[in-house]
Amino acid sequence: MSASTADAAWTRSRSRAAETEYVEGPVKAFAVITLFWGIVGFLVGVVIASQLAWPALNLDLEWTTFGRLRPLHTSAVIFAFGGNALFCTSLYIVQRTSRARLFGGDDMGWFLFWGYQFVIVAAALGYVLGITQGKEYAEPEWYVDLWLTVVWVAYLIAFGGTLIRREEPHIYVANWFFLAFIITVAVLHLGNNVSIPVDLAAGGFSYSAPAGVQGAMIQWWYGHNAVGFFLTAGFLGMMYYIIPKQAERPVYSYRLSIVHFWSLIFLYIWAGPHHLHYTALPDWVQTLGMVFSVMLWMPSWGGMINGIMTLSGAWDKLRTNPGLRFSVTAVGFYGMSTFEGPVMSIKAVNSLSHYTDWTIGHVHSGALGWNGLVTFGALYWLVPVLWRKSRMYSTALISWHFWLATLGIVLYITAMWVSGIMQGLMWRAYDELGFLQYSFVETVAAMHPYYVIRMLGGLMYLSGACLMAWNVFKTITMTEAEEAMPARQAAGSAVAAG
Amino acid sequence: MPTKIEKDEISGQMTTGHEWDGLKELNTPLPKWWLYILYATIAFSAVWVVLYPSAPFWEGTTGWTARGALAPQMQAEQARMAPMMARLRDATPEQIAADPELRAFAVAGGRAAFANACAGCHGAGGQGAPGGFPSLADDDWIYGGSFDAIQHTIRHGVRANESDEQRGIQMPAFVQTGMLTRAQAEDTAEFVLGLTGRSTDAAAAQRGEALYAENCASCHGDRGEGNRDMGAPRLNDRIWLYGGDKASVVRSISLSRAGVMPAWQGRLDPATINMLTVYVHALGGGE
Repeated sequence: MSASTADAAWTRSRSRAAETEYVEGPVKAFAVITLFWGIVGFLVGVVIASQLAWPALNLDLEWTTFGRLRPLHTSAVIFAFGGNALFCTSLYIVQRTSRARLFGGDDMGWFLFWGYQFVIVAAALGYVLGITQGKEYAEPEWYVDLWLTVVWVAYLIAFGGTLIRREEPHIYVANWFFLAFIITVAVLHLGNNVSIPVDLAAGGFSYSAPAGVQGAMIQWWYGHNAVGFFLTAGFLGMMYYIIPKQAERPVYSYRLSIVHFWSLIFLYIWAGPHHLHYTALPDWVQTLGMVFSVMLWMPSWGGMINGIMTLSGAWDKLRTNPGLRFSVTAVGFYGMSTFEGPVMSIKAVNSLSHYTDWTIGHVHSGALGWNGLVTFGALYWLVPVLWRKSRMYSTALISWHFWLATLGIVLYITAMWVSGIMQGLMWRAYDELGFLQYSFVETVAAMHPYYVIRMLGGLMYLSGACLMAWNVFKTITMTEAEEAMPARQAAGSAVAAG
Repeated sequence: MPTKIEKDEISGQMTTGHEWDGLKELNTPLPKWWLYILYATIAFSAVWVVLYPSAPFWEGTTGWTARGALAPQMQAEQARMAPMMARLRDATPEQIAADPELRAFAVAGGRAAFANACAGCHGAGGQGAPGGFPSLADDDWIYGGSFDAIQHTIRHGVRANESDEQRGIQMPAFVQTGMLTRAQAEDTAEFVLGLTGRSTDAAAAQRGEALYAENCASCHGDRGEGNRDMGAPRLNDRIWLYGGDKASVVRSISLSRAGVMPAWQGRLDPATINMLTVYVHALGGGE
């Protein structure tokens, strides 16, 4: 007994000693900028959703048309909101779980911060001005790509360097996922952006080196694994630290984490061709894309099981910790969209769902439900820790945020399921004489009400994020006297104070 | 840090004995259902790649290809429609319209073809759109609303330079080419507005009358009644292709207008053109 007490005391003293040395300034900056870009990205999303419902909102200006704002939205939410959230949590987690200061120290942290923000601003300006490679999720031209490569290599060095100097004998599971994310995204980025600049005057215009169906194949190898490694592996890393912390429970299964990690990493990289079903891509590549997607179902669900089952024995915390509610609901949405994905990759299903709003709904159940909510959950845990507060400013606001976000997602994805399936059925409808039943424009007109509902869902999601920004601001600026007062509780979760 | 395996009291599972920043892991075995479904998806995939093409050298035991799967469906559908399409190809639009069975088929097929080929400019119901896209659902025809006239327009197009028999004579850009001054164009416009009782400046309209007679009447008619042989629209009704306010009329006179429609002959088969003719004729304004 005395030995284990001594161990614990030794651990505590070591972590306390090390705590003062951790790089935290850039981590805090990443946390704040995550919220900022999140709100920007959600806002642009609401704008373009409104443009689809009411085309006059394109304003007849080239800079504000859907075609230019859409990549602004996708990049802002994936790379600016999601990317900064990953930088924030990975740099925090790798230091704590390795008991080592960030390799490169504060300078490295700040370089990553400003370097990455520069990528975002350069990319966003390019979109609005009409500079694009025309590759989905890889729109920035070669010079932005080159700069991102510099930042990303620095990220790998910082993260890997911290792992190498770790004082723990083993590498924590969250860091496996972060490392897989960093390495694979580097490979994807380099692979998909090989291009030949042809006109330095016209925004550095370039042509993609691979052309035709090969170019499309490489693009969707990239596009699919941006989802797989950026939005899945990276955020699983976040989940593997935050949920056990919030639940104060051990991770459910180490064995499951090993098997699902390696199966996920191995299988994901082959599944890209399911984005090109029924195209010029050879049939045999499409078959492979489909079967690898089907096999991905359980490896994806391994993360969900480990997230949710970690709560066994701690489910009561859901009543008192709304931050945990975000994380757990996120894992639920993760499970749902990683089941929906393999289903949609089956060619018979895909022949209906492809090119329809169903795809948009699928993406958003993952993006809003999984990536968004898990990030909110992580930040609600991380902000008080980083700014040395005992709690968030308002628990009630967290509850409001939770319900606004969750109901917003439900509105969004149900509208897109109905709209997408309707769209697919209308496209393929024949009358009894053998003629197509509907013209394209009739399908667009039929989708209008769902576009309005989708916009409302997005608006709710955005409102929730604004509440969060206010709550985080008040938490950071909270004085000790305010902190001593009981937290404002939501009516439904008043149990906590006790 | 020393490895220290403990028993978790809630789950009864052992930990792995490692700890990171206070976090531990249980050594729970893989859930059985999870493992079995994983095996099942792998088994499904193993069978699937044998049945279907899955490598450059492996075409699959089923012999399935995407094109091969589509072709019989298309052929069956085309075979089902073939007798009717042959009759539609060989009949004249008048004959089609007179035969209830052919007419029903032609209107259904014409609607589908119209939605695909024509609705982008002329609107889903043929209602037209401002900016030079005429309504096909009224009786204000530019080139005529008989079966023959409609079919000729569909086949040969308007000013697309795709057929020697195309529609459309180019109206001069009177101000741009110096044939009229800007002030004269405004006077002429005022007279044109007067044809539908909308002139607000009697003196200008009076000055415009002579200019109209000299420059416009040869095509558009003495009283703006239009001329279908030339494709000169009526000016004495309130249906305007490019807007009937004064500024729009002045612009038409000054810079001219020249709408373009593709020649569909060669793009659509003769049976479909016949169906389109009957459909457009049936939209409301057929003569």
